[in-house]
Amino acid sequence: MSVSARIVTRVGSFTLDASITCAPGETVALLGPNGAGKSTVLRTIAGLQSLSAGCITVGDTVVDDPAAGVFVPAERRRVGVVFQDYALFPHMTVRENVEFGPRSTGLPVTAARHWLEVLGVAHLADRRPPQLSGGQSQRVALARALATEPHLLLMDEPLAALDAATRMEVRGHLRHHLAEYRQGTLLVTHDPLDALVLADRIVVLEDGRVTQEGTTAQVAAQPRTDYLAALLGVTLLRGRATGGVVACEGGGRLVVSDTTVSEEVIALVRPQAISLHRERPEGSARNTWHTTVTGLEVQGDQVRVSLAGPPPLVAAVTPAAVADLGITLGAEVWASLKATDISVHPA
Amino acid sequence: MTSTTAEPRRRQAPAPGVVLVLAIVALAFLGLPLIGLLLAAPWGQMTELLTTPAALEALRLSLVTSILAAALAVVLGLPLAWLIARREFPGRNIVRGLVLIPLVLPPVVGGVTLLTAFGRRGLVGQYLFDWFGIQLPFSTAGVVLAEAFVAMPFLVITVEGALRSIDPRFEEAARTLGAKPSRVLLRVTAPLIAPSLVAGALLAWARALGEFGATITFAGNFPGVTQTLPLAVYSALEVSREEAIALSVVLLGISFAVLVSLRGRFLGGRG
Amino acid sequence: MRVRADLALLAAALASGLTASCSSTEAPDDTTTVLTVSAAASLTDAFTEIGDAYTSEHPDTRVRFNFAGSSTLAEQISAGAPVDVFAAASPAAMQTAVGAGTVRDPMLFTANSLAIAVPAGNPADVATLADLTRDDVTVIVCATTVPCGAATEDLFRANGLDVAPASLEPDVRAVLTKVVADEADAGVVYRTDVIAAGQDVEGISIPDDANVVNDYPIAVTVDAPAEAQAFVDFVLGDKGQEILGAWGFASP
Repeated sequence: MSVSARIVTRVGSFTLDASITCAPGETVALLGPNGAGKSTVLRTIAGLQSLSAGCITVGDTVVDDPAAGVFVPAERRRVGVVFQDYALFPHMTVRENVEFGPRSTGLPVTAARHWLEVLGVAHLADRRPPQLSGGQSQRVALARALATEPHLLLMDEPLAALDAATRMEVRGHLRHHLAEYRQGTLLVTHDPLDALVLADRIVVLEDGRVTQEGTTAQVAAQPRTDYLAALLGVTLLRGRATGGVVACEGGGRLVVSDTTVSEEVIALVRPQAISLHRERPEGSARNTWHTTVTGLEVQGDQVRVSLAGPPPLVAAVTPAAVADLGITLGAEVWASLKATDISVHPA
Repeated sequence: MTSTTAEPRRRQAPAPGVVLVLAIVALAFLGLPLIGLLLAAPWGQMTELLTTPAALEALRLSLVTSILAAALAVVLGLPLAWLIARREFPGRNIVRGLVLIPLVLPPVVGGVTLLTAFGRRGLVGQYLFDWFGIQLPFSTAGVVLAEAFVAMPFLVITVEGALRSIDPRFEEAARTLGAKPSRVLLRVTAPLIAPSLVAGALLAWARALGEFGATITFAGNFPGVTQTLPLAVYSALEVSREEAIALSVVLLGISFAVLVSLRGRFLGGRG
Repeated sequence: MRVRADLALLAAALASGLTASCSSTEAPDDTTTVLTVSAAASLTDAFTEIGDAYTSEHPDTRVRFNFAGSSTLAEQISAGAPVDVFAAASPAAMQTAVGAGTVRDPMLFTANSLAIAVPAGNPADVATLADLTRDDVTVIVCATTVPCGAATEDLFRANGLDVAPASLEPDVRAVLTKVVADEADAGVVYRTDVIAAGQDVEGISIPDDANVVNDYPIAVTVDAPAEAQAFVDFVLGDKGQEILGAWGFASP
């Protein structure tokens, strides 16, 4: 079943106004910072919260339409939910947890047993939730949600409760299971890796509004908002392009390789594409400039060096390079960036 | 459990002096009257004092009525606690205050208010009497009513507190799995608050067992019908101090035994 | 914030409770004597009036009363309650105190007999003592441990009546209160209680030859100040006896 939702909620001074769709077999990631309204989207689709305005349709059934006075409560929508901390019933065994849904709705428990097998947790059937590890809990929660054969699966930060190592492993398994699941899945996350690995489509939600949506590849390649760009680790600049030169908002100019585009543009620069030098470099790079270091941050095996603008940019270099070049806060350096390393898209 | 490897034993920080002293004073304050009672008890005559028909009647009546009162407190109090904890409605705070009134009302006043409602000329009582010939004062049912009146707040407070403290996500998860509200209440909410429910019921029962003022004012005092153990103690006090003390020791013994044996399990969280 | 409001409410309740109890234990200044009199419940109205009369004649003395069942009062005195005068509704109750060595030289000061009180309108149509044995009449009496109850028991026995009361109340005023509230069809109380209740009850008098008389003794406690004796003398004197008579008490 597909779900189509126009969600408008007003709580205090915060307004959420977003349109979300999800087709059968599709996995959509709702990506955004905390406070963006992602959980609200989930709760309204699940039926745990009602809309202020708008309309939610699951399949051909309207489940929430304030204007028409229609509201189907959560227990009558066939929407499965995997909560962030799983909310497994502590006083029931794994089997009783997973069979809870079918038993509540009069469905046969065979689906429950099936999902226990498929997710590889059947051997834990007689254990109780406190005895399970994080990864096991996640799979049991998933089995429990899927056992009711819902028309749509909602997942709230599915991997947030796991430690980093487990997360990688579980992410892989989850991708596999979601691919097999015939209905649609909407998952909410703030972790870009979850979105990139698990989703077919990404919807970016910021401050109650959808700021970008598209296939995973599109969104990853062309982030259109500062939040997304920062999340994905690229620097995003806006400006006006004329004949291969982008005049940046806020000052500065970049020479780009695309000479055809001529309008408001977004320019994306990967930090790895900027080289730092002690003296003015020679070479083919069309953008070279003298600047000072405004910040240093170690990230994994790289050091991110913030450079004063305009336009302000971030370079990623190795720690060895930092030592070699004597890069410190306030140090003067030369930076170079190839025109071909800047991707430009109409804004 | 022995350990040959040096597993460091947890050293608790010593209790602050003031705390220790005050705690001991509190213990003495609560314990000395009980010790006094036990010392004054006529241990030699206990059996003969306690096996009189009046004593046995009072004991039987007390146990029956207090258990019924506790049950009534649970049956009526649990839904009320659920409503107060789970549903917003205008006047919710007033309702919560109302529920706690029997706690602060002097029991005798409680008995008087019960008369105004359920007495022969009471708000509801008059119809019970005129239409059905039911008279609650001077009846055993009246005793159960009086005891339930003073005991219910304990149940409601305990359960309401428990309901507030459980994670709402369990109930939400149950709903998303298709469970109707009644099933959620029965299969998810109730088991999660079970320890507190039991604790609340026990408190209510203990309170009901010891109730005097409301019982004697509303239900009256007659052996076998309305003379519970506390009333028997009061009556005995005017005749034979030994008998009064003997009955008090029984009251004390029953409550203490039950509360101690179950307290650890149910008030300290799930096992 | 809500916690603080709750705490404030609790503090206020405690404060009012403490001050309420404090108001009854004012420390007398050096010139005022306070006498504490424990008296049987049936003496409530008469003795309150006597107390006022005494104070107007002796402005430097205040009288404080403690009304309850006589046996309860005797028990309290034996346990050391700071009482100056004890007025009981039966010699037996007084004997308890005498036996405990807490009072001196009791003297009989008045007498009372029993009556039947019924709610205004006499809903159960009670006319005689024998009517109390009817199944449809809810009768309440005092517990046998208090003088009124002992007298009632004597009354029933002397008249050969098998009465099954619905409740044994701790003192005679408790019986009266329930009859006034129409919770019972009839209650056996003192004649004086029927008079004291005025319009609220109807009294069915018991013929003298069938009735039981209670003699009331009064005594000073062993630790009482000299003024206590003055109060007892007042009760035994013309003024005291006049007030008692007006409330329906008889001479001892």
